[in-house]
Amino acid sequence: MEKLRILAESAKYDVSCSSSGTVRSGKKGMVGSTVGGIGICHSFADDGRCISLLKVMLTNYCMYDCAYCVNRRTNDIQRATLSVSELEEITMEFYRRNYIEGLFLSSGVVRNPDYTMERLVAIVRDLRTVHRFNGYIHLKTIPGASQELLQEAGRYADRMSINIEIPKEESLKALAPEKDHQSIFLPMKHIQQGVLENKEDRKKFHHAPRFVPAGQSTQMIVGATKESDLDILKMSNAMYQQPTMRRVYYSGYVSVNTYDPRLPVLKQPPLVRENRLYQADWLMRFYHFNVDEIVDDAHTHLDLDVDPKLGWALRHPEFFPVDINKASYEEILRVPGIGVKSAVLIINSRRFNRVTSLHLKKMGVVMKKAKYFITCGELTSLFSQPIIGINELHPERLRPFLISKAQQKQAAAELQLTLNFGE
Amino acid sequence: MIVYVFDNTLDGLLTAVFDSFFLHQQPEMLLTEGEQLPLFADEPHRVVTDMEKAGRVWKGLEKYLSKEGLRMITLSWLSEERALNQPLFNFICKIFNLKVKDLERNVSDPDVLEVYNTCRRVLHEQLRMKQFIRFQKAKDGTYLGVVSPDHNVLPLIINHFQDRFNDQPWLIYDAKRHYGYFYDGKTVIRITFEDEVAVPFDLSNGKLDTDALSENDKLFQDLWRTYFKAICIRERMNPKKQLSDMPRRYWKYMTEKNG
Repeated sequence: MEKLRILAESAKYDVSCSSSGTVRSGKKGMVGSTVGGIGICHSFADDGRCISLLKVMLTNYCMYDCAYCVNRRTNDIQRATLSVSELEEITMEFYRRNYIEGLFLSSGVVRNPDYTMERLVAIVRDLRTVHRFNGYIHLKTIPGASQELLQEAGRYADRMSINIEIPKEESLKALAPEKDHQSIFLPMKHIQQGVLENKEDRKKFHHAPRFVPAGQSTQMIVGATKESDLDILKMSNAMYQQPTMRRVYYSGYVSVNTYDPRLPVLKQPPLVRENRLYQADWLMRFYHFNVDEIVDDAHTHLDLDVDPKLGWALRHPEFFPVDINKASYEEILRVPGIGVKSAVLIINSRRFNRVTSLHLKKMGVVMKKAKYFITCGELTSLFSQPIIGINELHPERLRPFLISKAQQKQAAAELQLTLNFGE
Repeated sequence: MIVYVFDNTLDGLLTAVFDSFFLHQQPEMLLTEGEQLPLFADEPHRVVTDMEKAGRVWKGLEKYLSKEGLRMITLSWLSEERALNQPLFNFICKIFNLKVKDLERNVSDPDVLEVYNTCRRVLHEQLRMKQFIRFQKAKDGTYLGVVSPDHNVLPLIINHFQDRFNDQPWLIYDAKRHYGYFYDGKTVIRITFEDEVAVPFDLSNGKLDTDALSENDKLFQDLWRTYFKAICIRERMNPKKQLSDMPRRYWKYMTEKNG
């Protein structure tokens, strides 16, 4: 029990949690299934993050000395190793009690990457073949592992991931001297190659086993190095161009190694920045935004006060107002305050009658934001009287209305001079 | 004022629709049996549930609604909310009055919106049941999970559990509606207990009695609680988010929170 505590605490800084991407119904004689779509989160920890998979490390002994990691060699923490049978038993018993959706297995690097990878592969192979486990398996790839091992692992795992951690190679080198981008991107490429080859095979042979059906994911640390949001988002955009990359996660850096002079000392993890990055990520994936529209050389950092979509809208007043009753789906999606769900509802219901702002409010559109950016063919209404849009009110005058109350107060406080009397 | 009274079943509601068209009436109020009549009401029209009439109305609906539209009606009905009766009735009447296809997509109509939102709430709840049901293993190898969902969602989730746990017998019991589903390894059957006091588990928190619990179940429950505590990052505490994703009303049956 103590071991599980130690190893879970070592694994918790990995943010990836999703169990989506594969639809595989149950099989006779096998335990489990995976659902497609949004996956199932089985619980939510006190920090509000979802618990979907049993996120655990096989061992937290590690021969690497990456400055940002809790498990670095020079850290004085409790070390433990789970035996193969222990790990398998815990996974199966948890799964049978509907605690988890599957296993997220990672490990510290022991001896050499191949040795570690081999042990991870042995466990997933056992789970699939001996325990007949048919649930979700997310396997962490060890940087520098050989292609043969990845090939084998891919046959058993649903998703494989390898963390970039730091988008710029020189910063990575400074913090993690044993790692380089080569050792990260090469396995990524191998896996991608495997998936693509497998796709071809499955066209020819219907029953060919699937290879990493849920694709790959990766993670970048935010706030540990000087990288700007531009660098980070450029990197994730490049990742999403790869056919098998499904998700890029961003992890606000939690100061775990405060003594290291190479790292900033943060009182609080950069949660707002992390949130903004995720919002930008969503814009790229679901809102048809281009990375250049979100950040460019003039705006290398995302605005912390307003979300990226609103930020874009404020920089492009010429795009607005959008006519709700005529505009295309893509145009409606660009309106701040309207999400994917309400955009679909608008498109569906405007076939029957004109959509007015009252309808919009009922559908769940955030009118507080949206009202400045739309017209819905009304002279005046409860929500837009008199009609004042972004073009009448200039962006810089509109902005203060749209940031939250707390931020307004803070902005006012910064303007206010204070007298400091000292003690 | 025309008032219809029906027996609070979906077939009853469909029959009410049939009656309203048959009698060329538009009832202003649809009540269930036992509900208080409004002031100044005439003698209400009692709807006698008739499977044939209901079937004809349903056939008619199939002509105008897509599969999702029909599903929206059945799903929203599972919500068991009294407030749904009137909007659902109006919605069905509107379909036959307007004679347009796919009216379920017109969420700018308040009745459609109400049915749509109710349907969404039901779907959300069934997802939560898939998430939050916790099994305990009994001595005889049966896995027991007790829940008390707001809406009657058990029929929606048994397929999922049958598919996933097809090699272990399980019992999912709805403590609020006093019925459950038992899977014996082959088929799922609906069960009720004649004497609920005698069951070997506590209905208020879903815990199996200690002498009925299998040997190492306690150990795995403790392991799960330990894991639950360990996975949290203290620097990022966010109880508000936790509560919005996992409301407190589900906690009493969840291993990690009722320990």
